[in-house]
Amino acid sequence: MVTGEKSKTGARIAVGVLSVFSLIWVAPILFTILQSFRPFADVVSKGVMSWPNHLTFENYTHAFVQSRMWLFFLNSCEVAVPAVVITLFLASMIAFVLSRYESRFSVPLLMLFTAGNLLPPQLLFIPLYRIFLKIHVPHFINSNGVLYDTQLGLILVHVAIQVGFATFVLTNYLRTIPKEISESALVDGANVWNHFFRIILPLLRPALASLGVLMTTWIYNDFFWAVVLLKTGNKRPITAALSNLQGEFNTDYNLLAAGACMAFIPTLLVFFAMRKHFVAGLTLGSTKG
Amino acid sequence: MTSVLDHPAAEVAPAKKKKKNSSHNFSGSDRVTLGAFVGFPTLLHVLFVWIPAVGTILLSFTFWDGIGGLKSIKWVGFTNYRQIFTLDDNLPVAIRNNILWLAVFALIASPLGIILAYYIDKNLKGTQVYQTSFYLPLVISLAVTGIIWDNIVRTDGVLNSLLGNTNADTAISWMGDPHKNIWVVLVIASWRHIGYVMLLYLAGMKSVDASLREASAIDGATEWYTFRRVIIPSLRPVNVIIVVITVIESLRAFDLVFILNRGTNGLQTLGVLVYQNIQGESARIGWGAAYATLLFLICLGPIMVYLYQNFSKGND
Repeated sequence: MVTGEKSKTGARIAVGVLSVFSLIWVAPILFTILQSFRPFADVVSKGVMSWPNHLTFENYTHAFVQSRMWLFFLNSCEVAVPAVVITLFLASMIAFVLSRYESRFSVPLLMLFTAGNLLPPQLLFIPLYRIFLKIHVPHFINSNGVLYDTQLGLILVHVAIQVGFATFVLTNYLRTIPKEISESALVDGANVWNHFFRIILPLLRPALASLGVLMTTWIYNDFFWAVVLLKTGNKRPITAALSNLQGEFNTDYNLLAAGACMAFIPTLLVFFAMRKHFVAGLTLGSTKG
Repeated sequence: MTSVLDHPAAEVAPAKKKKKNSSHNFSGSDRVTLGAFVGFPTLLHVLFVWIPAVGTILLSFTFWDGIGGLKSIKWVGFTNYRQIFTLDDNLPVAIRNNILWLAVFALIASPLGIILAYYIDKNLKGTQVYQTSFYLPLVISLAVTGIIWDNIVRTDGVLNSLLGNTNADTAISWMGDPHKNIWVVLVIASWRHIGYVMLLYLAGMKSVDASLREASAIDGATEWYTFRRVIIPSLRPVNVIIVVITVIESLRAFDLVFILNRGTNGLQTLGVLVYQNIQGESARIGWGAAYATLLFLICLGPIMVYLYQNFSKGND
């Protein structure tokens, strides 16, 4: 694409600009990773910018064992995985009906879901908090007997909000797929149930993959709802647990760096493994992040 | 076709002309299936999103200490709004911060993201490396982002070290100074936002018809001119999305300031004030709800724009 003398200088400028920016972008992350391998005492005595001549895994073992980051990581997975699976399933069902059996309710309903997804979370949490204190659950779910302070409650809120976004994306996706594909099945006499499970769900697979990767990252990274809806420290997901530990760690920034790395390295791995899906997911509907 | 997204789903098909619904002849079990498919998700969404939203708006006109039952709620009209505007010192700071946030995102971060997308779209050497570095902040949670940047901006952090302020007396307290800390936070927030805008724009640009560029080039336009005058205007859906996320993200601001100093001492935002008035012994639910409603009213603009963009008939 780049031809001619003039555009060659242009290209050089572009490479320069992009390299400088990229470096600024990754520097804080790389620096945190470096900090996580340095002993705190070393940094205190020599300063943050000192040459690291002593690297150690101690911060990681400490964060992992004493600070129980493994537990918080598992908590995050216990919320994110079911929430994503349920969201995608529910959204596929309604997207299927909205795109294949259009009625005068289709557009208003889709608008309801789309707008609901854009509402600021702060608008929802006061009544939600109160409602959750009133909803009773069996004691094996929560010893207090209420939905507040349970991972189930957190999952429900994530599902309720994300289903708005997923429905919007999946409905539009299905509308681009010709209905003729369904019609042959309907001629064969498939009922609604089989139409959905045998024909529509397989068609949705690519969109579900992208949405799944994206939503897993979102829910795993959620901080607001975890802080608002969970009280017990042991139940917190890793993002909220980090903030909890921030106070304790006040003096040991290197330990905190190790904790932060343990929180973001899983998402980075997912990103590198499934970058295409992540980017596709973000551009699918692109209303939040 | 000028869809934002190189994904087909991007194009919201305008509602098809209604087919005669009577053409569906459903059996009883099909009706039940359809009802359940629509009913479950809708119920969940309405129950946990729309009912609480309406509840908050109603609560903003009431007085409630949050301790007594629902019966102790008293209707007080606009009192909460009058009070937060006259009595709460935090509100002016929060409004200033939200406006600054919006201004920095709209005037600096978003344009910068678009310019970066322009350069990256040239497919220069190392383009994958550049793209990846700009995407990274999007993958990292805002809470962790706060911790990562704390290494840089805390008093004995990298920034002071680079500036030579290693002495505890001369070191600048970037986060402790209520006149400086919001700017630091805006740099951090932009670090994330720029990559987001770049990603969206890049995807949009890939969908632009190549013949459009060629035609412009044949007319003797420079690449930069083509970008400004041909490509940007042709990307209306992306532009709308960027406006919407720029406004909504800057209003929602919570995580970052909360993890850095719980949103106090110069870092108040509307989102934080909602939370602060709900928590603890001296909960003022009415005030919190009034802040939340304010937030909602401001978000309403971009939400309507977005809905119009996606649901009005006859747009491409």
